[in-house]
Amino acid sequence: MLLQIHEPGETPEPHALERKQAIGIDLGTTNSVVAMVTGEHPEVLRDATGDGLVPSVVSYAYDEPAVGRQALSDLAEYPDFVISSIKRLMGRGAQDVKRLAGALPYEIAPQEEGKSGMVRLKVGDQILTPVEISADILKALKTRAEISLGHKVEKAVITVPAYFDDAARTATKDAARLAGLEVLRLVNEPTAAALAYGLDSAAEGIYAVYDLGGGTFDISLLKLQKGVFQVLATGGDAQLGGDDFDHALADWAMRRTGIQGLTSGEAKILLQAARAAKERLTTASGAELKAKVAGHDVRQSIDRGTFEVLIEPLIGRTLRACRQVLEDAKLTAADVKGVVLVGGSTRVPLVRAFVADFFKQQPLADINPDEVVAVGAALQAKALTQGSDTLLLDVIPLSLGIETMGGIVEKVIDRNTAIPVTKAQDFTTYQDGQTGMLIHVVQGERETVDACRSLGRFELKGIPPMVAGAARIRVTYAVDADGLLTVSAEEKTTGVKSEIAVKPSYGLSDDEMADMLRDSLTFAREDMEKRLLLEARVEAERVLLALNAALKADGALLTLAERNEIERVAQKVRDAIAGEDRDRVHNAMEELDRATHAFAQKRMDRAIQGALKGQRLDEVEAGMAPDTPN
Amino acid sequence: MSVVQNIGGTGTPGGAEFVPCWSCKGPVASRALFCHTCGAIQAPGSTDHFTRLGIERSFDVDDDKLEKQYLGFQRVLHPDRFAGKPAKERAMAEAQAVALNEAYATLDDPLKRATYLLRLKGVLSEAAADKTVNDPALLMEAMEKREALAEAESADAIEKLTVEAAGDAIQLLSDISKAFASDDLTAANRATLRLKYLRKFLEEARLRRAALED
Repeated sequence: MLLQIHEPGETPEPHALERKQAIGIDLGTTNSVVAMVTGEHPEVLRDATGDGLVPSVVSYAYDEPAVGRQALSDLAEYPDFVISSIKRLMGRGAQDVKRLAGALPYEIAPQEEGKSGMVRLKVGDQILTPVEISADILKALKTRAEISLGHKVEKAVITVPAYFDDAARTATKDAARLAGLEVLRLVNEPTAAALAYGLDSAAEGIYAVYDLGGGTFDISLLKLQKGVFQVLATGGDAQLGGDDFDHALADWAMRRTGIQGLTSGEAKILLQAARAAKERLTTASGAELKAKVAGHDVRQSIDRGTFEVLIEPLIGRTLRACRQVLEDAKLTAADVKGVVLVGGSTRVPLVRAFVADFFKQQPLADINPDEVVAVGAALQAKALTQGSDTLLLDVIPLSLGIETMGGIVEKVIDRNTAIPVTKAQDFTTYQDGQTGMLIHVVQGERETVDACRSLGRFELKGIPPMVAGAARIRVTYAVDADGLLTVSAEEKTTGVKSEIAVKPSYGLSDDEMADMLRDSLTFAREDMEKRLLLEARVEAERVLLALNAALKADGALLTLAERNEIERVAQKVRDAIAGEDRDRVHNAMEELDRATHAFAQKRMDRAIQGALKGQRLDEVEAGMAPDTPN
Repeated sequence: MSVVQNIGGTGTPGGAEFVPCWSCKGPVASRALFCHTCGAIQAPGSTDHFTRLGIERSFDVDDDKLEKQYLGFQRVLHPDRFAGKPAKERAMAEAQAVALNEAYATLDDPLKRATYLLRLKGVLSEAAADKTVNDPALLMEAMEKREALAEAESADAIEKLTVEAAGDAIQLLSDISKAFASDDLTAANRATLRLKYLRKFLEEARLRRAALED
């Protein structure tokens, strides 16, 4: 459609295909997957051996970071240079890192003055944030797609756990930017999985998606009907997954052997060994946990029954979350028509048994649980770039609130509210002459600030001095379709305003992000300039299309001379679009705006006269008036 | 939100209100979703939730129809439908989706719907909606129920109170419906407030029960 404005013989957009194609990425705790719809069907992009899973492991042992199996094989030799499960640290602070018997599987760098609270890892002689490490994984996935497709890829749909908070979502989007990927949409993992299932089987009704991954657990209830995937409620635990099974096993082994005082490298090795034993127990009735740590040769036999005793409390936590979402959606297990299993950890037999017992039915796992999320992401990527009849309607997983007097949280948007959503609440000053107000944005279900997660703080300044309670401060929370929050505040009696995209307490500051982008090889200044040029072109093309439509409808209002003048300037815009100079596009657009001003005025004037004569414009537009959708 | 120009007010019932299209600058009906000249999606504009979803202004809403209308509009207006479009169009779509979500959330819940309808009819002012009531009978009832809940020591006792309150809530829905149907706004207001208290009570009972089970 964009091509039609080019004159014959003019070069059309040289990268039309790249502009149209986008990949779907499941950025997982343990493994990541990239998929794409080529032709009709979504396809997981695989390596030469047919493997679609890229272990989410990055090795910094050599000059260039290595990702995936290569990085995994560096672990034994260079444990200090290899990072895994980084997703658990996205948007987190140093105090959030889980310890293994007192040892951290990461080396945490000391907090630096003036930088945000996001945890920083010491990897060899580098200090890296989770955002940068995730960006390296995304770059590897992007490269895999580019090799497979034979051309550049710049756009992606990336999935995140439904239960990810605002900080973790923002961190994911930042990582994509750093990797040179434009995020078309962040899609919740269970929603993506439902999309893959629903389209595959044309399912209708209420479905539960039970998604137990490496580090996160989500449970979502969706209503599927005629291509609409409507999330009714979602819940979960952003710090619960297969990694915790590994921790439980490793803890058990340490208790049995009496080993203490692991280094962070040894903790990684022991966790890796625990994971291998866990995976064997999926099919075998017994396994041996073997690792060399702290000068000991650990060899512990474990049978499945013992393993199940260790993990049962963890699975119990997932079922509590299942009960909660059913309650939130005002449904019972009997209303659920099908249960979809997602995530590698749903291979554990005890997990399947508990889920079957809870929902009183055998869960579905016919699409590979490791790949189904990426497949759904690829389907959504296609829907967003090439159009589609399907529609995803999602919700926010956690309530958003504001701190009020005494550290109490006042909820502004309740959990499971459909997004995008905007809500406003009025507050007032509590002291005479108060000229500023600190706005503390929190996320969570509890009533006190301490028990919720702090997303960010900002101050509304310049309130004119008034008596306590006289000012009317309207705080507006806006959550977009990606689930990202922007907060603004305005004093209504004077119009003093303040707005922030919530840069989470554990996120990156704008300066840090700018530094990283500068350092990033894949996203140099030229790329930024190119992107701005592309945006300017898209906008200019829209203006030309709108002008063409206006001329076609109301061109008769113009004299020949007026029309020629407009055509002349429009041609200037077309010429500018064909060039590479963004300023030229902007200047030509401004000129066109001036040149068409009188025309717009004439069109409005005529409509006013028409209306005065009693013609009703809304009759003309009956087909589009808001009582006849489709 | 765009400024609505109201012209020719007296002779044109239903209103020939229009605004300049943000994209092609030509006139477009303020209620139109898309410009009839250039096809660009328009800002949501200010209208009531019933009109926005294209259903009759009444307390008695057909749930299936409401859902169908909501999904129908979302299919056309949701920002995902405008992913490749310029930023301004995406912002318009987002604003439309926000307005649809708000309308649907309000009308889908009977309590919110009743409160909203009372507000539309001028019975409840924005400020009065959240203030306390001076209905002694209602206050007495609420107090007695709270006391009973505080004294309930077992899950069974709480369950009994819950079932009772849930039954009352269902009865109230039919009371509210009748009151609106006969345009008895005082009765509708009273029953709506009572429903609000019952909902709060049910939530408290749920929390107390959850606390007992832990």
